[in-house]
Amino acid sequence: MANTATLTTDSKQTWGGGKSPFSVSYGKLMMWIFLLSDAFTFSSLLVAYGFVRFTFTSTLPNTIVKPFAHLSHSFVEDMNKAGLFVTERWPSPELVFNHFPFLHGIHLPLMFVSLMTFILIASSVTMVLAVEAGHRMAKKEVEKYMILTIIGGAAFLGCQAWEWTNFITEGASLSGNPFGPTAFAALFFIVTGFHGTHVLSGVILNIVIYINVVKGTYDKRGHYEMVEKVGLYWHFVDLVWVFVFTFFYLI
Amino acid sequence: MSAVASHADVLHHDDHGHHKETFISKYVFSMDHKMISKQFLITGIIMGTIGMLMSLVFRLQLAYPNTTFPIFETLLGEWGKGGKLDPNFYLALITIHGTIMVFFVLTAGLSGTFSNLLIPLQVGARDMASPFLNMLSYWFFFTSSCVMIASLFVQGGPASAGWTIYPPLSALPKAIPGSGTGMTLWLVSMILFIVSSLLGGINYVATVLNMRTKGMKMTRLPLTIWAFTFTAILGILSFPVLFGGSLLLVFDRSFGTSFYLNEIPADLAGGIERVGGSPILFQHLFWFLGHPEVYIILLPALGITSEVIATNSRKPIFGYRAMIGSIMAIALLSFVVWGHHMFITGMNPFLGSVFMLGTLIIAVPSAIKTFNYLGTLWKGNLRLNPQMMFAIGLVSFFISGGLTGIFLGNAALDINLHDTYFVVAHFHLVMGSAAIFGMLCGIYHWYPKMFGRTMNESLGQIHFWMTIVSAYCVFFPMHFMGLAGVPRRYYAFTAYDQFNVFVDMNIFITYAAFLGGIAQFIFLFNFFYSMRKGKKAVQNPWESNTLEWTTPVKHLHGNWPGEIPHVYRWPYDYSVPGHEIDFIPQNTPHEGQEDPLTEPQTIPTPERKVAPTLAKEEAVLFTLVKRWLGFA
Repeated sequence: MANTATLTTDSKQTWGGGKSPFSVSYGKLMMWIFLLSDAFTFSSLLVAYGFVRFTFTSTLPNTIVKPFAHLSHSFVEDMNKAGLFVTERWPSPELVFNHFPFLHGIHLPLMFVSLMTFILIASSVTMVLAVEAGHRMAKKEVEKYMILTIIGGAAFLGCQAWEWTNFITEGASLSGNPFGPTAFAALFFIVTGFHGTHVLSGVILNIVIYINVVKGTYDKRGHYEMVEKVGLYWHFVDLVWVFVFTFFYLI
Repeated sequence: MSAVASHADVLHHDDHGHHKETFISKYVFSMDHKMISKQFLITGIIMGTIGMLMSLVFRLQLAYPNTTFPIFETLLGEWGKGGKLDPNFYLALITIHGTIMVFFVLTAGLSGTFSNLLIPLQVGARDMASPFLNMLSYWFFFTSSCVMIASLFVQGGPASAGWTIYPPLSALPKAIPGSGTGMTLWLVSMILFIVSSLLGGINYVATVLNMRTKGMKMTRLPLTIWAFTFTAILGILSFPVLFGGSLLLVFDRSFGTSFYLNEIPADLAGGIERVGGSPILFQHLFWFLGHPEVYIILLPALGITSEVIATNSRKPIFGYRAMIGSIMAIALLSFVVWGHHMFITGMNPFLGSVFMLGTLIIAVPSAIKTFNYLGTLWKGNLRLNPQMMFAIGLVSFFISGGLTGIFLGNAALDINLHDTYFVVAHFHLVMGSAAIFGMLCGIYHWYPKMFGRTMNESLGQIHFWMTIVSAYCVFFPMHFMGLAGVPRRYYAFTAYDQFNVFVDMNIFITYAAFLGGIAQFIFLFNFFYSMRKGKKAVQNPWESNTLEWTTPVKHLHGNWPGEIPHVYRWPYDYSVPGHEIDFIPQNTPHEGQEDPLTEPQTIPTPERKVAPTLAKEEAVLFTLVKRWLGFA
């Protein structure tokens, strides 16, 4: 303890060696660097998305279908006739992603994906609470919030599975797309799929850490830094979703 | 108090590790950075030999396109039927030669070896931040190498689309023979390689930031470490983009998407018509990696050179801070100039001029580095041992190859020079030869640290002279061929009458290439012979200042037998006036210095007479500025 008191914030001391300049463990530093790297992977995919998208004419604003309107069975053909789903034009996402479980046949633009986003962001909140509880060494609370985070992540994955299924049954695939350009569907599957893979690995990591928490590994170790590290990853995955959501659904 | 306790824990842990070291844990799945660095080096040397032999095969083809060589049939089987090299296999050879040299030798072999060896030793750490990830990094690299070599033996041959694997050749499995399984394996190998490079890079940066010993300020780091750190940062930020690009390529190849394909009829593309994509997208993603990759290759070589030139000139490195600044500037600029590889893709001329400006600005930090090398050599007490010769050779290549970079960076000139032998000459000099020289220089210099013996110096000198003569004889004439419009990657130039004038030159180049090949076998002999029979090394054979020479010759887990030394000074205190010995290791305190961080504040009076008009305060200020810039 006497040693820590002599440490000053002097930059000479900070970078003078013998200690971490950011006062973080190497593991946490490595997680940050990895996330930086991963950010570039997602960027490359999103840049590719932008590149492809701007080779098509822009979307037409949807003035035909109002929210909560009833959808006919030939919705896709109607849109096709109206010139909204044609191969030269990037389709308006709100016309493509307008379904909601148990509310079949009603136009609910982007409602479901908003719910998914909400679930994921809520799971980020529970993750923060778990990390905070970890700082206080409150094992029971860490357990509670970790399990909530895991449930949130799993729910998000379930939602994504539902959305993919729906999209595929409507005819979309990597090489075909009734809503317009093939690239729309292909990029959707690859980018959300790549993000989904990240969420899946995040959920698995969270489960592993949860088991360790329950077993008391971190209690014995004296700190809950592992919870913090998976927390970093989890928040990153959430942050990436915000960008995916913005670029794919909103713009 | 807690710091002392944790230190004792480390020691205890190391002792513990010694007891249960088995053959597997010591030589195969080793977590010791010194062993991992040897593993990287040996794998790199094997890959390098394969890559070099490939180049000799296609050099023979280029020099004697109409002659048959029965040895081709013996060596290559159906690829050399009747002693004639198959054109498709020629394409495969240049592709795999490029891939192996760029990624496996000069990326993993160079920075994998020396970052692993030197980062913990020179910053004063017992090992990498995460020895386990370090081991994984090597084994991913090893697997990746195996997959790449395996691709030589599949039906249709290995990838043949050039090391840049531009679609559509890489995206349509039916495009050319090498576009099938060979290309798939190329992509698998590359993805493994990216994982390896990422694991390594994260580790290097974390180690340098977190694990420096007491007193090792960032401005006391040897320039090698600065170079390795920025190399790692470049790798961490650029390889993921190649990963993204490759991912989309895999989908185009195997899952019917068309990101990089347009107007390809269904019967050529697995039954699905491909529309709407663009091969230019791949080029952007590829070169966003590809250009930083050039500096991933070059920066470690430059770092090694800085260290070797300073040590063997017995002089402080000239412009230490300017060196760091130029490494940073090069690293930053390398991310914003990738477009200069794509000037002729029909990019907007305005965009082209932006990329051109960025490219030409790189000449500034590069020139700073060159002049600093020359400044260090100037009036130095030179020790012209093999590593020093290779270091000076690197500077030579850096100048001769760098100057042609200014031609190629020019968007207008590039229209003429793009994809000609001028480009081949340029990058083989500035990136190929220079980086190989940096690597060889590092091997000669740190061989005693790695293997406890020194390499034979006479053989080293012969190796150097043969290699540099051969390199210049091979690549210098290529500039003229390129200026005359000879395109790269062609199987036989005799098909074009106007290139027949270069037949003799091609023969000359091939002879020179064989000279270089023989030289490398001298090196290989020297390398493996010295491992067992070389002269036993002393602890600090080159009288160097850096921390790695304070460790015992015999490797031990944890590097230093006792406490990790503290660092009291920068690494370039060579020939300090008033000192009897011409080097002062970093762990030697200044007179009366107790705290490693505070150097005595005495400002040495300038040696030369100060102009009488200069007031005393100004002289002191002048000295301070010079000191700060690293010139004094």
